[in-house]
Amino acid sequence: MSDMNQAMVEKYRSSFLKEVEANVEEGHWVKMCMQCGVCSGSCPLGPHWEHPPQEIFMMIRAGKREDVLSSSSMWMCTSCYNCIARCPRGLPITHIMHGLATYAKRLGLQPKNQPTAKFSQLFWNNLTKTGRVNELKLGLALYFMNGIGPGIKTALKMQDVGLGMLKTGRLNPLEILGGHSIKDKSGLQKMLKKAFEIEEAQIKDYKG
Amino acid sequence: MAKREYSFYPGCSSQSKASSVNYQKSTQTICEELDIQLNEIPDWNCCAASIGYGGGGELPRISLSARNIALSQQAHGQQDIVATCAACWLATREAKERIEHDSKVKSGIDAALGEIGIKIEGAMPKTRHMVEVLIEDIGYGEIQSKVKKPLDGLKIAGYVGCQTNRPFGIDGESYENPKYLDKMIETVGAAPVENYEKKASCCGGALMFSEPEKSQALVKDIIEAAYDGGADMIVTPCPVCQMNVEVYQGHINKTYGTKFNIPVVYYSTLMAVAFGRNAKDAALDGQMIRASKLEDIANK
Repeated sequence: MSDMNQAMVEKYRSSFLKEVEANVEEGHWVKMCMQCGVCSGSCPLGPHWEHPPQEIFMMIRAGKREDVLSSSSMWMCTSCYNCIARCPRGLPITHIMHGLATYAKRLGLQPKNQPTAKFSQLFWNNLTKTGRVNELKLGLALYFMNGIGPGIKTALKMQDVGLGMLKTGRLNPLEILGGHSIKDKSGLQKMLKKAFEIEEAQIKDYKG
Repeated sequence: MAKREYSFYPGCSSQSKASSVNYQKSTQTICEELDIQLNEIPDWNCCAASIGYGGGGELPRISLSARNIALSQQAHGQQDIVATCAACWLATREAKERIEHDSKVKSGIDAALGEIGIKIEGAMPKTRHMVEVLIEDIGYGEIQSKVKKPLDGLKIAGYVGCQTNRPFGIDGESYENPKYLDKMIETVGAAPVENYEKKASCCGGALMFSEPEKSQALVKDIIEAAYDGGADMIVTPCPVCQMNVEVYQGHINKTYGTKFNIPVVYYSTLMAVAFGRNAKDAALDGQMIRASKLEDIANK
């Protein structure tokens, strides 16, 4: 990953904006931002962003590569789409933030122990294993994502929720043994492998 | 009237003993009453929801929905794809839009689907949320005509949330103040909370898992606004909204010293009860916070 980061630094030395346009989902929209700040004011987690979205857009244009990609900001996105609905210039801000976060993670630059970065990966690993989410295993993986000690503490704290879900038939303890699955698991994984290869190649081969 | 048929994308949380199995159960019930036939997409897979982005990037994530669309076409031709889950609906619709408008994405998706010998044939079918089917195909009038036990005297906060409302939303509705859920509440004989301030606010979505304190602060405001409006319960069209607003009330009470204990139900629960079906068919046994006022009506 850091090799790829190095390669990208050299390739786009002069322009982080170009790098974002080439490699980040919907990144070609960044230059359209007019800095009105409606996105930042509309975000439900607005106060928790290290740099709110409109600031991120300006920082990209100012070439603040490390500051942007290593920020926890984009990981604050709850996917509520308020910013998209309200942006007067029609920027798909939610997708750009997801794209920046994913790109940072690919390059190994996301903040260490960023909980949403970790959870997002856990969620992806969980669903791609059988093609469908295993809610029990996802919950357990989440509780223990910072190790055994904090995991036991979280599990105890969450006991009432777990028992409530169990009692109302909305959680299945037997999912630990496998749970729901699609039939063509190997096909799904083959398809995803191909999609990843294509995406990686597009990032590497792009002539900016 | 002839039976209406749709290609059905149930989604992970609707499966047996999963977190919104009660949504699935009550939806089945109202579909029986409204003569709707849901044809499940064979071997459908997860859509990656919104939170899958960090692991799945763009193309792998979209390929998941593309596989569902191709399988839907294979089994059910151009039947509209219908989802009950807001995230399933949104992800599938987004994938369709991206494949249609971005040739780079399209060629990548074609190649990925090609690996497993399937493809998207011609124009992709429309992807719709169940509430669109109810509003646009069935209509409020038809729904009202099925009401046997009006939910008289109940005051309900229509919590629309985010993903059935933005970025696509329901046709003809505003992003800031969508009215369809209030209209549904009236249609089944209950009274909506007027000017429910947190109607289209975010519950934190998947960040309830990774950032629980921040998300629970959002949910606290959503519940408080419902109580302020005199609500007996909250109704929602989204499995994540339902779960986030219902199951953490104990934690929120501990943190903030509140005494929240308000049921959070699906629109399909309300309708099933109003249509005269029993508590089991309405999946009222799936409520962690019992909706006793609905149980009373159902058991009458």
